[in-house]
Amino acid sequence: MTSKTTSNARTTAILYACVAAGGVLGSLARYIAALIIPVVAGFPWPTLFVNITGSLIIGFYATLSGPDGRLFASTRQRQFVMTGFCGGYTTFSSFSLETVRLLRAGEARTALLYVGISVVTWLVAAWLGHALAARLNRLKGS
Amino acid sequence: MIGGFISVALGSVLGAVARYFVSGLVARRVGETFPYGTLLINVTGALAIGIFGGLASDHASLFAEPDPWLFAVTGFLGAYTTVSSFSLQTLSLARDGEGSRAALYVALSVGLSLMAAALGFALVDALK
Repeated sequence: MTSKTTSNARTTAILYACVAAGGVLGSLARYIAALIIPVVAGFPWPTLFVNITGSLIIGFYATLSGPDGRLFASTRQRQFVMTGFCGGYTTFSSFSLETVRLLRAGEARTALLYVGISVVTWLVAAWLGHALAARLNRLKGS
Repeated sequence: MIGGFISVALGSVLGAVARYFVSGLVARRVGETFPYGTLLINVTGALAIGIFGGLASDHASLFAEPDPWLFAVTGFLGAYTTVSSFSLQTLSLARDGEGSRAALYVALSVGLSLMAAALGFALVDALK
């Protein structure tokens, strides 16, 4: 093995470790949110909460650490925060499970409401995070 | 209580690593003009969660127990699937003037994931 392939393998291994570490922290944060936030009126508030806040964080961080951003972040840090933490913190699978469970329980109205509110608020949150960071990036000085 | 945290942590290491592997593989094979990787991850994760959900409705099932559920569903599938990347990718498509592709991505993600989760339940029902 040449030294170049060795160093590529090392870089890849480090990025995997960053994603794994961020993923564990994000997932534990999601688990804690589910222990604290109650499900009221059969509506899955804990999942909605993590998916909205996770979208906000990724929108904010991606723009703040992007090409025109004021935060200089290494690839490792970006993978840790975005792929790792935000990816582990948010969940599309629970969203799907909860929607199908509502449908199977005959709660079609709640299911439809859950899907509609989820998609709109996730996207608005990601945009809001982006807009906030873009504003910070435009501020003079550092 | 501590057992729950350990189950979630172990499952999530595997789930996050699996997502990073699959999204990288799809990006290299298919390219990155459309987020096929995240789409594939969310749809396959939804199918799996439907299967686990179906299994857990039987009280004799392993997945009706708290720790196996926390490992496989809250840990693994929770970390494997992602809403944050989905939101960021949709926003990037929209900001690049690709409004119709953004709308297609949202419709495919939500539609296929819900169908996959329902299919998972149906598979378990059929095999009972």
